[in-house]
Amino acid sequence: MLDPQLDADGNLIHLLSTEGLSKEQLTRLLDTGASFIGVSDRDMKKVPLLRGKSVFNLFFENSTRTRTTFEIAAKRLSADVINLNMSTSSTAKGETLLDTVDNLCAMHADMFVVRHESSGAPHLIVDHLRRTGRNDIHVINAGDGRHSHPTQGLLDMYTIRHYKGDFEGLNVALIGDILHSRVARSDIHALKTLGAASIRVVGPQTLIPTDIEALGVEVHRDLESGLKDCDVVIALRLQRERMTGALLPSATEFHGLYGLTHERLKAAKPDAIVMHPGPMNRGVEIDSAVADSPRAVILPQVTFGIAMRMAVMSVLAGGGA
Amino acid sequence: MKTHNIEIRGGRVVDPASQFDDTASVFISDGKIASIGQTPAGFKADQVVDANGLVVAPGLVDLSARIAGNIDAELEASVAGGVTTLACPPDVDPIIDEPELAERIVRHAEDVSQVRVLPVGAMTQGLAGTMLAEMSLLRDAGCIAVSQGRGLPADTKVLLRALQYAASCDVPVWLQPAEYYLSKDGIAHDSAWSSRLGLSAIPVAAETMAMQNVLSLAWETGARIHFTQISSAEGVALLRAAQDDGLPVTGDVAVHALHLYEQDIGYFDPLARFDPPLRGFEDREALRIGLAEGTLGAVVSAHTPRGVDVKRVPFAEAAPGATGIELLLALTLAWGESLSLPLRRSLLPVTAKAAEILGIDAGQIAVGQRADLVLFDPDAQWTVQESDLRSAGKLTPFLGRTLQGRVMKTLAGGQLVYERG
Repeated sequence: MLDPQLDADGNLIHLLSTEGLSKEQLTRLLDTGASFIGVSDRDMKKVPLLRGKSVFNLFFENSTRTRTTFEIAAKRLSADVINLNMSTSSTAKGETLLDTVDNLCAMHADMFVVRHESSGAPHLIVDHLRRTGRNDIHVINAGDGRHSHPTQGLLDMYTIRHYKGDFEGLNVALIGDILHSRVARSDIHALKTLGAASIRVVGPQTLIPTDIEALGVEVHRDLESGLKDCDVVIALRLQRERMTGALLPSATEFHGLYGLTHERLKAAKPDAIVMHPGPMNRGVEIDSAVADSPRAVILPQVTFGIAMRMAVMSVLAGGGA
Repeated sequence: MKTHNIEIRGGRVVDPASQFDDTASVFISDGKIASIGQTPAGFKADQVVDANGLVVAPGLVDLSARIAGNIDAELEASVAGGVTTLACPPDVDPIIDEPELAERIVRHAEDVSQVRVLPVGAMTQGLAGTMLAEMSLLRDAGCIAVSQGRGLPADTKVLLRALQYAASCDVPVWLQPAEYYLSKDGIAHDSAWSSRLGLSAIPVAAETMAMQNVLSLAWETGARIHFTQISSAEGVALLRAAQDDGLPVTGDVAVHALHLYEQDIGYFDPLARFDPPLRGFEDREALRIGLAEGTLGAVVSAHTPRGVDVKRVPFAEAAPGATGIELLLALTLAWGESLSLPLRRSLLPVTAKAAEILGIDAGQIAVGQRADLVLFDPDAQWTVQESDLRSAGKLTPFLGRTLQGRVMKTLAGGQLVYERG
């Protein structure tokens, strides 16, 4: 079965997942991101690469932050950006996802940025575009269910490369709610392809997906063993509704077992960086003292995120990575 | 009224019940089989059906086809698939939980078709799992058994009461084994594959726990249990153990589960969304072997016509199930072929064995039996296409696949009810 994000020649035409991308493709995306870093620092923050193109932000799940970063990225590439808050729009009136897509295609969309609560929703759109012969429209997955959030994965890789130079030999730990995390899955695939030495997932069994070892990770129940000699520590967001119930007894207990503190981070390498996809729950998955310390690179992640989203859009529009 | 005599001439007659497999003519008189091989005395054919190059087999018996809702179209699909007897599960719209509804389905089917339609009534009202349905009246209205649809009642005490009551009325209970809470929000097999795709999962334990509960209660109550759509290797093993212990319990498997497994979900193909979900590779192998060994008695189409509005949606939102009755024969033959089974064995779980589970006379070619026959070309290859399907549901993960074995003619109640154009 062909990876639907690639064309017959293996060029990237959609971005659906970090899985399936070659090391060269990932590296080219990161390099392209690097070339956009300067753009945001200039007085004139725009480049004309997507001039005349229409980018539709299709957010079926609310997210002001991610939507905003895509909007900024598209505008810095001189695209026209249309934001559609789908949770209150047509689907609430019973229109199907593909009806919505057809309508927007008729408005001459060039690119869809899709966030959806169902894993695989962007794949359905890509499959539909292919079936109906509209291969010139590109789809970027901005987060689908628990499956994938590839631009977050890419900006995480960018951040790691920025601070660590290379992926060879790196030990990386992802802490907390792996089960519901599309960020974790995106990071794992990218890290694997880019050659990280070890990838650990750390959390209670209730938050670790079944047989996740098959993705090439080590599972640790214990935070100290998971953090041992780590170069990169990625804390994941724990959704409020999952803090109490059958998955976890309480946020306090979770913090006691898996919350990142300076004390706990002593197990990691002294120069380990701490990342978080945001928004953070201070005092739950991460202590404020850690989040505000120099080893935390959480705000740079946001800045790099805009450059990486520009990179993805320009590579898709320019044809092939 | 004048007797209508039909001779089915020159076909290879395969009867799984008697293990008969030879070229012979079949003589039909008054809707019943009058003779096989020898021309009955004084028989004069009013109609000769040419069966040269075709296999003449008993009309298929399908223990699970959701035909209610669009009975006319689905019965057309049924005969195009060679199915002449079918059981319709209660989880259709409206739910078959009242005797009048069951009666209406039976009457409607009789009005438009020769296919024998046997509704399976709801075990609890509205399938809500709280109050018992009128099992005895449902049976009187034509229901062959009662069922809880997909899964078990959440409340095990209700299950106990239902089995006790069904045993008292001598109504068989067909259950799709899935523990309520473990299966409630899941859409895929719990495995590395669903972890990778980020799909909420149903562990095999949902099936085994349900089976263990039901088996314990079956010993306790004496209820007659049939497990429908067993999906896992562990489920097959539990069934085998219960049978070895002497419990008269039977089981079936969905025909798609003999061919597909979880990786056929591919990149979130909503057509591959089933309930129970497609499970692992080893599960599929165990189901194939379990059917060949006879632990699983029947194979069912699990025919569930679905429209594009509920199938061309994201995987998690897609309604489970697919059209299947027109693929039942070819997919069953493919299973038999892959295990090098003789035709008379391959056809057993869609004919005599399935009829035995129903507890009715059907699924065999024998003198005096209702003349329900399927005539198929065992060598014909065909590609599954939406335009070829008569069912109102056109969507199946087998679209585009080439299958071997094609229904050419179907007789039901001694009438030629289908002929491929």
